[in-house]
Amino acid sequence: MSQATLAIKRISGHAGTAPGDDVERDYQVCKLVDTTTCIGCKACEVACLEWNGYTFTDTVFDNSYQTMPETSWNYWNLIKFNEHEREDGSITLLMRKDQCMHCADPGCLAACPADGAIVQYTNGIVDFQQQNCIGCGYCVSGCPFDIPKFNPKTKKMFKCTLCVDRVSEGLEPACIKSCPTGCLHFGSKDDMVDLAETRAKQLRENYGIEKAGVYDPAGVGGTGVIYVLHDVSNPEAYGGLPKDPHIPWVVRFWKGPAKWIGNLAMLGGILGVTLHYLRYGPKEVHDEDGKNGNGGKL
Amino acid sequence: MSTSHAISSNRATGESGGEIVRYTLSERLQHWLGALTYIYCLITGLAFWSPYMYWLAAIVGGGPTARFWHPWFGLAFAVSVGWMYKIWRGDLTTTDADRRWWKAIDHYVENDDEKLPPVGRFNFGQKLFFWLMFFGVILLLISGLGLWFVESIPWSLRWLRYLAVTVHVVAAMATIGAFIIHIYMSVFMEPESFHAMVHGRVSDAWARTYHRLWYEQVTKGTSGQK
Repeated sequence: MSQATLAIKRISGHAGTAPGDDVERDYQVCKLVDTTTCIGCKACEVACLEWNGYTFTDTVFDNSYQTMPETSWNYWNLIKFNEHEREDGSITLLMRKDQCMHCADPGCLAACPADGAIVQYTNGIVDFQQQNCIGCGYCVSGCPFDIPKFNPKTKKMFKCTLCVDRVSEGLEPACIKSCPTGCLHFGSKDDMVDLAETRAKQLRENYGIEKAGVYDPAGVGGTGVIYVLHDVSNPEAYGGLPKDPHIPWVVRFWKGPAKWIGNLAMLGGILGVTLHYLRYGPKEVHDEDGKNGNGGKL
Repeated sequence: MSTSHAISSNRATGESGGEIVRYTLSERLQHWLGALTYIYCLITGLAFWSPYMYWLAAIVGGGPTARFWHPWFGLAFAVSVGWMYKIWRGDLTTTDADRRWWKAIDHYVENDDEKLPPVGRFNFGQKLFFWLMFFGVILLLISGLGLWFVESIPWSLRWLRYLAVTVHVVAAMATIGAFIIHIYMSVFMEPESFHAMVHGRVSDAWARTYHRLWYEQVTKGTSGQK
């Protein structure tokens, strides 16, 4: 979206350093989603559309309250509704606001080949820069949360920006602003983790929700969106929130050792044929049958 | 061999300094269609491969343009390889002569070609190159479709997304290795074979030196040659 005045600490597909390499901000921004107080009103979905300038488009009805099956390129914020059977056999409706998780170690950025198409600001926000995006879809393979989506018309990838344009002006993200129950909070990562842990403790101690806990997966270095879940041991129940998300090892290998192996192999090949040429030179036609035994060369 | 007729009729005078047709116009056309489309995919593919080669995208119109055309040129390359398969298949099976030649490959590497057993229209190295490209392009095509329509692969089958990336990279690297050798052999080691792919003809002496069995086959019954 907007580069505003934010320093950048990581740049996708970039040969060389990032301007914010040596910058250490004293806080990272973070969004806290308390699924235990979400009422599924979808105000955050509407606010997201409104702020980012998208109009609502056709959707499919799949016998749930859910607005559409998945987030889309022009619908970055989606509450996932999941019927869940408790251990005693009763039914509950789990609601989780799904959006980009703003990983500290973003798989989309690792996979992206286009210089500057994905950046991570020093405040932790991971942002797509569509003017640099080539629409290859590698970020789709890199993301452990299935978030980046392709606009087939503009051939660019889109996702939640954590309202970087608002945040860089000192405002909170649009979804936070709209939430009527206070289940959404925004602030520094440290504050949000504190608040989340306090809430989880309250749920465990005062409400008897023994498995309540905070979802802040370490596999991607922690996330810029954290959840309070009733049952942190089973995040999958909340519309496929992965239990232990990682950047796929294939993507890690592809963007790491494979580069060196491949580049060395290509250089080795070119070097090899060069050395062969210097040692043996071009072939010459030997034609004992012909009258011009030396000949045949053009 | 559909070219035999053309060769007989296009036969130069039969003097030892003469020329014979090595590649017909349609063979040359499909070769250069394959070459052009492969090189386009190579340049754009290398741009997507490494940030240090991303500048290559600039020489073919920039990142988005390169990304847009890469799969289409890839499809065209696959078509051209299919075309090659159709018209060259008969010349590309491994023969006993190839096996003897392959055993003596050291002589080829060391430019002692007169010590090599005679081979047909293509030597075993050329055949290996074709088959590597042939199976390479099949893998590139299938994995490339996976990369092209990555969002169509459901999340539950996301291992296919990762497999597509892996196969595309490995197959591309294999073809690049073969491509380096191909360019080296045809342009630098045997410049006359490059000339043949442009103009279609080689000298009798060249044909006798490198592809004697083929030479004898296509010149059988024409005057002045054994």
